Amino acid sequence: MNIPYTVERREDTGLYNAKLGVWLFLASEVMLFGALFSSYILLRVGADAGTWPRHWLDYKLGALNTVILIISSVTNVIAWANLKLGSFSKYRFYQSITMVCAVTFLGIKSYEYYGKFHHYTVTLKDGRIADGHIQLQETTKDKLVLDGYWPASQAVVMDPPSKVEESKIEIETKDIAEKHNYGPSRNNFAGLYFTMTGLHVLHIIGGILVIFAIWGPLSGMHKTDPDRYANRVEVAGLFWSFVDLVWLFIFPTFYLL
Amino acid sequence: MQTTTLKETHTHDSHHEEPGFWQGYIFSTDHKVVGIQYAVTALLFLLFGLFLMLMMRWQLAHPGHPVPVMGKILSQLLGEDMASKEGVMSPDLYNSFGAMHGTIMVFLAIVPLLTGAFGNYVMPLQIGAPDMAFPRLNMMSYQFYFVGGVVMFSSFFVPGGAAKSGWTSYSPLASVTDPGHHPNGQTFWLIGMIFLITSSLLGSVNILSTIIQLRAKGLTWMRLPFFVWAQFVTGFLLLLAFPPLEAAGCLQLMDNSFGTSFFLPTGLVVSGHPLNIAGGGSPLLWQHLFWFLAHPEVYVLILPAMGIVAEIIANNTRKPLWGYKSKVYASMTLGFLSFIVWAHHMYLTGMGIRIATFFQTTTMMISIPSVVILTALLISLWGGSIRFNTPMLFAVGFLPMFGIGGLTGLPLGFNASDIQLHDSYYVIGHFHYVVAPGTIFAIFAGIYYWYPKATGRFMNEFWGKVHFGLSMIFMNFIFMPMFIQGLAGMSRRMYDGGATYAEMPGVPGLSPFVLNLNKVISYAAFSLAIAQIPFIINFFWSIKHGKKITSDNPWDATTLEWQTPTPPGHGNFTKPIEVFRGPYEYSVPGCPTDFLPQNDPGNAKTLTHEHTVHR
Repeated sequence: MNIPYTVERREDTGLYNAKLGVWLFLASEVMLFGALFSSYILLRVGADAGTWPRHWLDYKLGALNTVILIISSVTNVIAWANLKLGSFSKYRFYQSITMVCAVTFLGIKSYEYYGKFHHYTVTLKDGRIADGHIQLQETTKDKLVLDGYWPASQAVVMDPPSKVEESKIEIETKDIAEKHNYGPSRNNFAGLYFTMTGLHVLHIIGGILVIFAIWGPLSGMHKTDPDRYANRVEVAGLFWSFVDLVWLFIFPTFYLL
Repeated sequence: MQTTTLKETHTHDSHHEEPGFWQGYIFSTDHKVVGIQYAVTALLFLLFGLFLMLMMRWQLAHPGHPVPVMGKILSQLLGEDMASKEGVMSPDLYNSFGAMHGTIMVFLAIVPLLTGAFGNYVMPLQIGAPDMAFPRLNMMSYQFYFVGGVVMFSSFFVPGGAAKSGWTSYSPLASVTDPGHHPNGQTFWLIGMIFLITSSLLGSVNILSTIIQLRAKGLTWMRLPFFVWAQFVTGFLLLLAFPPLEAAGCLQLMDNSFGTSFFLPTGLVVSGHPLNIAGGGSPLLWQHLFWFLAHPEVYVLILPAMGIVAEIIANNTRKPLWGYKSKVYASMTLGFLSFIVWAHHMYLTGMGIRIATFFQTTTMMISIPSVVILTALLISLWGGSIRFNTPMLFAVGFLPMFGIGGLTGLPLGFNASDIQLHDSYYVIGHFHYVVAPGTIFAIFAGIYYWYPKATGRFMNEFWGKVHFGLSMIFMNFIFMPMFIQGLAGMSRRMYDGGATYAEMPGVPGLSPFVLNLNKVISYAAFSLAIAQIPFIINFFWSIKHGKKITSDNPWDATTLEWQTPTPPGHGNFTKPIEVFRGPYEYSVPGCPTDFLPQNDPGNAKTLTHEHTVHR
């Protein structure tokens, strides 16, 4: 049994099945991320004054990741165009750049996550506040060692100055009233940041696995059914572009606003 | 093009070996097998959902008395903190059965039956397609559904029991129940929902792509059977409304498992202890995201049901469906409006008068297309020489039942009257009239109607009529008294059925009459369960022993699903299909038979109700 329009276009819609399918899927994805962005707006608008942090994320790393993803999108399209023009080797070359970019993105993202989970705000029993990255080698049961500074108040923690003098801070465990890292449970900003970028990272991983599978293990189809193979590359590329587009919204929302 | 494809199909098929058991029945990509898998699994869940409700109805009729027979089994299975040794349900068990009854009925029974079973089995046949556009995704859709069902079912056995915050899982309640157990029933509920949403996503992409891409030659949009239109609009609802619930589910999972507080407000105190959370969350946000799905979901529950009823009514009145185009446009309007009415579930949350007014307006607007469809179905009966077989009885029974369900919804749509009726038994009566004697009757109608296509045999007519008659009576005895209870002020979700609020000397409360209705309802519910036995036996017995059909088109129908062999083989059609006319050309003047199939070339110019043939 053959299902019509798996490769060739249907005349009245101008689409082959998978292309329509992926566009419908992307519409659903828009609603998924749309709901999350709406939640962001509602929670931020409803937050009490002074409880929504600013400048917690390093916009330079975010901007670098943005550039990397845009490059990956461009090479992805060039790869597909080359495949359509009949140059399989050029397709493979450009698509490998796409994958390298994606892995680099994930590397930078993990570095950022790592930093947030090791970044602590400590309130001492005498009311002072210390803020900095935990030094795991030196931290023992009795003392906590941070590489950080002493913010004057919670307000400073919520909107830290762009440059702070960091120094080594040692705090006796018995002096700690409260400590909390910059993980998802810190506040709704951090929670949304981890949830939304985490979901986005899952999409990156999914997308790159599919692109890799088509690029490598499934590339035999290039010889047996070249049109269908090119369609697969195109459809995976549509998804990849969408994933990049989501990042173009996530970046300003969390890093700049 | 169609011709060549089908020719290829034949030569191609002859090389294939017959698939074995695993390939043929368990991991099949054939839309008909997937449809039957969906049907059987969802019918089992339907029965299980009914069972949960029977346990609850016993508790409501006889609060604190041990549940006969099942009580002790529940105690053995779920532990004594859930049901006592004698078999008395605990409040926790009651709550979890209530939450799971709703969840199972909506997400695991009705929707999979309508879209997974009927959408999968019937829709591709009706549009003359060899299969769904993405057969492997179709198989995966069922597998995700199955895993989701297993996760939901197994949640009864985790410590603390299944989710017990209602099928709506409102936060903060859903985040603070069972604090001692992690993961708890609610975690299972959320993970199960993520599987079900994935399944629904794959299914709806498939249904939409199939309808758009695989219509047979000549099958233009306005020649589609109304059932296909209903599936089309439903597909969009599922595609676009479910993701926000998935987002909400992720957020609640973060709240419950990773300590965030998206839905938990500042200063939340539970059982006298302030919660150690960051706070700043919004319980209203959950409700918005939940109802953004759950209102379109209502139309997911009703539109395909209307589609089934439309097919059966046209077939058994032997005349064209009245107002076909109006119904098509009405269902599109319905689909669009269903996205902007969700907050009428939230009038009492204090979200503000202006917002409430907006949603009240859109809610009143959406009743217009619903009434258009129902009225068109009613007028379709006018002047027909109706054949009252079992499918038709259920289809005709659907009309007044859905009418009652719909009209009793109007007072709930109005902000002012909803304040009195909100969260009362009136609401339960209202939406059950829509879904139980409404949608479930349509599902039964569809099963009796398409059964001969799937098996080659009719279901037994006599027992079918018994099934219909008894179900009709008991359904009304169950849900009609609920309106009275609700108007008297009885709240839903009460463990003792409102006995706490009974009238006492000098204290106004629920009168003995209202409380005694609990017994009427419960015994009607038990009777309804017994009335399903003829159906269950009929369903299995008829596979081997039912009356054999004498042709591939036993109901003398016009639509394409009857132009296949019975049961349809892999690839469905054995001849090239071209469509020449609309879906309901019954009793065409001058035609020798009283039905003219869509693909019968006939004398295409004259033999049609249409004035001109649209190409």
